[in-house]
Amino acid sequence: MFESPFTSRSGRIVPLAEAVQALVRDGDIVALEGFTHLIPFAAGHEIIRQGRRRLTLVRLTPDLIFDQMIGMGCAERLVFSWGGNPGVGSLHRFRDAIENSWPQPLEIEEHTHAGLTARYVAGASGLPFGVLRGYSGTSLERVTATVATLACPFTGEQVAAVPALNPDVGIVHAQQADREGNVQLWGITGVQKETVLASARSLVTVEEVVERLELRPGGVIIPSWVITAVAHAPGGARPSYAAGFYSRDNGFYEAWDAVSRDRERFVGWMQENVMDAGGAAR
Amino acid sequence: MSTPLEDMMAVTAARALKGAKNCFVGIGAPSTAANLARATHSPELVLIYESGCIGAKPTRLPLSIGDGELAETADAVVSVPEIFAYWLQPGRIDLGFLGAAQIDRFANLNSTVIGPYDQPATRLPGAGGAPEIAAACRRVLVMIRQSRRSFVAGLDFRTSVGFGDGPGDRRRLGLRGGGPEMVITDLGVLRPDPETCELVLTDVHPGVRVDEVRQSTGWPLRVAPDVGMTGPPTEVELAALRRLREAGKV
Repeated sequence: MFESPFTSRSGRIVPLAEAVQALVRDGDIVALEGFTHLIPFAAGHEIIRQGRRRLTLVRLTPDLIFDQMIGMGCAERLVFSWGGNPGVGSLHRFRDAIENSWPQPLEIEEHTHAGLTARYVAGASGLPFGVLRGYSGTSLERVTATVATLACPFTGEQVAAVPALNPDVGIVHAQQADREGNVQLWGITGVQKETVLASARSLVTVEEVVERLELRPGGVIIPSWVITAVAHAPGGARPSYAAGFYSRDNGFYEAWDAVSRDRERFVGWMQENVMDAGGAAR
Repeated sequence: MSTPLEDMMAVTAARALKGAKNCFVGIGAPSTAANLARATHSPELVLIYESGCIGAKPTRLPLSIGDGELAETADAVVSVPEIFAYWLQPGRIDLGFLGAAQIDRFANLNSTVIGPYDQPATRLPGAGGAPEIAAACRRVLVMIRQSRRSFVAGLDFRTSVGFGDGPGDRRRLGLRGGGPEMVITDLGVLRPDPETCELVLTDVHPGVRVDEVRQSTGWPLRVAPDVGMTGPPTEVELAALRRLREAGKV
């Protein structure tokens, strides 16, 4: 019989440290999604504190959380489509890893947003690959092995094909869970549902646990039975934002430029604010 | 702080949006120009951000393409798979707005690396939504500061396709949008020649000499026989620009 990788999930509400301990292993492919909104910083910090190594990190927009994970040596590979500090400039740890192999070499697999999204959608759909109109005539066709062209079997038209993405672990942040571990997020919902559904194991951190979910306009509900674990992590998306809870700390994004530019200053900041701050978000 | 030439760039780009019904907006200079167009001549312009916000009506300039105000003021907020697959890909969007680190004479863009891909001198953010915006929008506007470092004879990496290697390339590559129609810089405006697809300088900003533009271009620049001058910013445009910027301060 067909062995589905997507079975035996409970959506159990557990402490964040315990969830990361149980779900994220050295060498895993780990996706942390959240498109500028609801970025799972608390979960990323917990991965850093637990010292996970040799991860393949996946994210459309590696922003500050991936800059921190890369700079702290968690990653050996990065799958992404746009790596910058939005509205501010460069990600200095990401650049230092690619340009100077610090703190270690970082292999990259680079896509467009549309292409990497198509990989998630195919993964969530149980398909071997996704198709899109994309990449044609770009240098990405040449440098990215996971981009191919395919003739439409009906018209012969050429389209791009990308393989399904099925991370070992998918991690997202949401506004609410109920006590059974059903989850709701609203506002900009990005590619989070696809990330949970494409991944073999999944972790959702939430701002609050409520008795019962009340559907919001534009709300996305993810039922507990497709989630492996839920962790209560209030403030877990800071310095990004959680609509209805807190706004984006644009000042932090601007200040990060100087903090991350210098290796020593970066390590000191991480030690003080992440390594020694364990438990803050648990 | 903005310089007069940066203001000129924003105002020229905003004016170019006249007649567009909807616009796919990247962050930074394009977002400034699109919001300026909404604040002046095109209050009905539908702004679409790749975060999934359709019809966003921000009163201040957002720092990122996913700022809360974009979602709160949008007509609809859709998922990222939906914004690319259902909205951008089929060619529904009138106008796309792009920036880049490098541009070549056929308006191909590089926003990926300076230097060799495997050993870059400078690693840039990469593609994001740009390649599909460049491929699918009916019209494309490019905003880029002009210098020999940015206007290059050969791109280090082709992130987004303008006219490829010349006439007929867009069709051959299956790119269905019209391609770049204007490149707006801090010195003037370039447009592709309808026959050769090569960028031609058609306008300079007030106070800029054609010579300066030539010297700021990494290939022998073609210049239109009757180079025009962009109109200076009006009081109304400058006031609207100031209001947007002031409100956007953290």
